[in-house]
Formats: sequence, C-alpha cells, structure tokens
Amino acid sequence: MPKLPKLPAPPLPPPLREPPPRPGESNGKGGPIEEAKAAGINVVDWVDERTSLSGAGRWLMFRKVPKGTNWFYTLGSATMFAFLSQAVTGVFLAMYYRPDPAGGAYESIRYVTNDVFLGQFVRGMHKWGSSVMVILIFLHMGRTFFFGAYKYPRELNWVIGVVLLILTMTMSFTGYLLPFDQRAYWATIVGVNINGTGPLLGPYLSDFLRGGSEFGATTLSRFYAIHMLLVPGALAALIGAHLYLVAKLGTTAPPWQKAEKRSELREAEV
Amino acid sequence: MNQREKEEYLRDYSILKAQGKPFFPYAVAKDGAMAVVVMAIIITMSLVLGAELGSKANPTTTTYVPRPEWYFFFLFEVLRVVKPPSLVGLATIGVPTLCMVLLFLLPFYDRSPERRPERRPIATITGIAVIAAMAFLTYSGAAAGPPTTIETATPAAVKSAGSASLTEYEAGKKVVAQSGCLACHKIGENGNAGPGPDLTHIAARLPRQGIARTLVNPTAPMPSFKNLPPKKFTAIVNFLAQLK
Repeated sequence: MPKLPKLPAPPLPPPLREPPPRPGESNGKGGPIEEAKAAGINVVDWVDERTSLSGAGRWLMFRKVPKGTNWFYTLGSATMFAFLSQAVTGVFLAMYYRPDPAGGAYESIRYVTNDVFLGQFVRGMHKWGSSVMVILIFLHMGRTFFFGAYKYPRELNWVIGVVLLILTMTMSFTGYLLPFDQRAYWATIVGVNINGTGPLLGPYLSDFLRGGSEFGATTLSRFYAIHMLLVPGALAALIGAHLYLVAKLGTTAPPWQKAEKRSELREAEV
Repeated sequence: MNQREKEEYLRDYSILKAQGKPFFPYAVAKDGAMAVVVMAIIITMSLVLGAELGSKANPTTTTYVPRPEWYFFFLFEVLRVVKPPSLVGLATIGVPTLCMVLLFLLPFYDRSPERRPERRPIATITGIAVIAAMAFLTYSGAAAGPPTTIETATPAAVKSAGSASLTEYEAGKKVVAQSGCLACHKIGENGNAGPGPDLTHIAARLPRQGIARTLVNPTAPMPSFKNLPPKKFTAIVNFLAQLK
C-alpha cells in the first residue's frame, strides 16, 4: 500500500498556543532571570486563581483619592502605624512578662529593663508609643471633626472611630498596672475606685476590673488578659472595619475643595 | 440632610474623586513618610526619656503618689473642679459618660450638609472650647504635684501638752506628708484643694475614731490605708486628730 502523504497538522486554536514572547524579552527559553520572573508570576497566579485576591488588592490600592488631600489626611494611617509599633514591641515584652502579683511581674519588668539586650529600649518604645498613639488619635479625630468628615455617608465610620478611641484609652489604663511598681499599683487603685463611684454600673465595673471587692491576686491577671487579648483583638478587628469603610466610601475631600464640572458638561451649559 | 443634599454631595464627591490621583503610590508615599516620622519620634522618645521603673508595688508603704498617665490628667482634674461630695459620681462618670455619648451621636444630631468649619460656627467654637478645656485641665493636672512637706503652725494644745505629744505630732505630720495625702487634700496652705475635702480642721468635724474608720474604709476614689504598719497608721490618726 503506497504511503499517503502526511497532512500538515491543523493549526492550534488560540487558547492552546504558546503565548507570544513579552516585549523586551528574548525569544524562546529565557535566562535564569526570566525564569525566576515567570515563576513569581506563576505563584501569584496560582494564589489568585484560588482566592481572587488581586481584585481586592486593585480595589484597595488603585482607588482614587480626591483632589486636594493634604498632610492632615495621613494622621489616621499614622495612628494605625503607632498601633502596629505597639503590637510588635508588645509581643517582645510579652516574651518576658509574668503576670504574677507576688513579685514575678515586677521582677520580669526589672529584668527586661536592666538585663535584656535592648530591653529598656523596646520597653521605652512601648511606653512612649502609647503617648504618641493617644496624641495621634486625638489629632485624627480633630481633623475629622473640623473638616466635617463625619457627615453623610460616613456616620458609621465616626462611631467606629469613637469606639477605637475608647479602646485605646482602655489599653492605656490596663497597661499602666502591668509593671506593678508603686506608681502603677496606687494609680490603678485610685482609677478603679473612680470607676466605682459611677452611678448604676460603677460598682459592678470596678468589681469586674478587680476580680472581686478587693484589689488582689486576680486583678493583675485580669488586667493582663484585657490588655493582651481582649482589647488588642477588638482594636485590630475594628481597625479593619474602619479601613474597609474608608476604602469603600472614599477619603473625604477638604471642605474648601470645589468640584469643577467636567469640561464637556460646562460647554453644554453655554 | 435631605435626599437632594445627599445626592448633591455624592455627585460633587464623585467628580472630585475622579479628578484625584490613585491611592497607590501617591497617598501611600505620604503615609509612608508620616510613618517614618512617627517611628523616629517614638525611637527618639525611648532613647531620650527611657523607661524608668519605680520601686516595687507595696500595699503597706506610705511613700507613693497616685498619679495616672498624663493623658488621663484632664479626667482626674474634673474631680478637683467638682467639689461637693454628692456630685462626685457626676464628675467621675457622669460628665465623661455624657461627653462620650455626645461624641458617639455627633453625626446623628449634627445633620447639616455644611462642611466648611467657618460656616459651622457652633461646631467649630464648641470643638475649640473642648480642646482648650482639655488642654487647661491637663496642664493644671501636670502642675499639681503634691508637696512632700507640711508647713503649719503647731497647735497651742499640742505645745502645752509636753514634749511627748509634740514628738507624736511631728511624727504624724511626716507620715502624712509622705503618704501622698496632699495630692488630694489641703492642710493649711499645703496640698491640692480636691478631690478630697480640706483637712485643716478635720478634727473639729470628725472624732478620732471616725478618722481612723475613714482611713480604713474611705469614700471612693480614696485608697484604703488598712495595710499600713500599725505604727504609721496610729501616727496619721494622732496627727489628724489634732487638726482643730
């Protein structure tokens, strides 16, 4: 049987073809740099195929910020940065801290301050970082207030912001006791007593904080749990909600900024 | 804000937003620069001011000054401003709670569409007044450090009762001066007028037993002195019982 001439293979449909080389790249097999680049793209594609995160990333990063925003608009992110600094330095302090009112708490802080490498520096950052964060949160709130940025449609974000302010003050109050030196001890007794003078809920609140009617062994571990677990978790979650709403509703423009009509509309009016 | 004003705002805002620049990299660059500044400030403060650690907490000691962190000074000062004991609850929780509620509900009672501060005089003036009040209270709280000595004329009754009584009186005066009492009480010209009552003539109002009972079981926010060593406790009571 005579051999039939072999027909050429039909052309591949476009989706199955090799992608054409990117501009600026050498044809065919590239060098190690190109391979590494391709591997990086592949990994990102792999994750994105399973999570669709790239859309959210684009939505967050490439949204437009209105005309006229100035340095006052960095106060919010600066507050968040101070919170992150507190979180990181707090983790390092927690590696050494023992919530033991019988003397372990004070000893562990003394050890961090005097003996640990850079211990006093990190503790100083945590201590003064709290002041910086409180100042920044008040400045951010002042900017929001005077620029009228809490008005429609951002009312809910204002409410979340006030909760964040209260939680930040709670962090300061509970963190003040943890070194368990004289100042911390007596100031906290007075602070808890002040809570107790409040109408209706006051006595219950101070009993809850003390873990009983007396300032005792459970008080320190209670403050420790509030300072390390309860409030930071709530703060992180609410910062997330705060940021989501900022991205969704957009940063406000300064109140003095006039919206110019688009040129094609202006011409139509004339 | 009614529906028309809402739509007007959203329309103007969408135009401004369309004319703006993308968040990345423009706003991110500014935020990043600010973050570097914040970090530099925190590091500088840590290096310059350090983190001192006082002596160990001790319920039986007398040398302490119950002072909060500086950003709570303004709350503590409200206690000094509001004097009558019946109003203490109002000052400690009432006023701050009311302020917090007003702060929470701000967007719900301030519903005008105007945003420019110079066209919302009430809001702007209130805001500036609140900031000024907080700054003033913080400053006076920072300035009100308690003295650690008491300078008063010794009462004639003590002088005439002989040297034993005088030594007792002087010992008590020293313990009171070192116990931080003057942070909240006034004795003669010494100490801060509030939140606690004036002690210059306390013995005329309260018998010796009453003074001792109050020290053990005080009115909040005063801390209890029941853990003091008995000697120092008696010295305090002896001294205060002479202040007629």
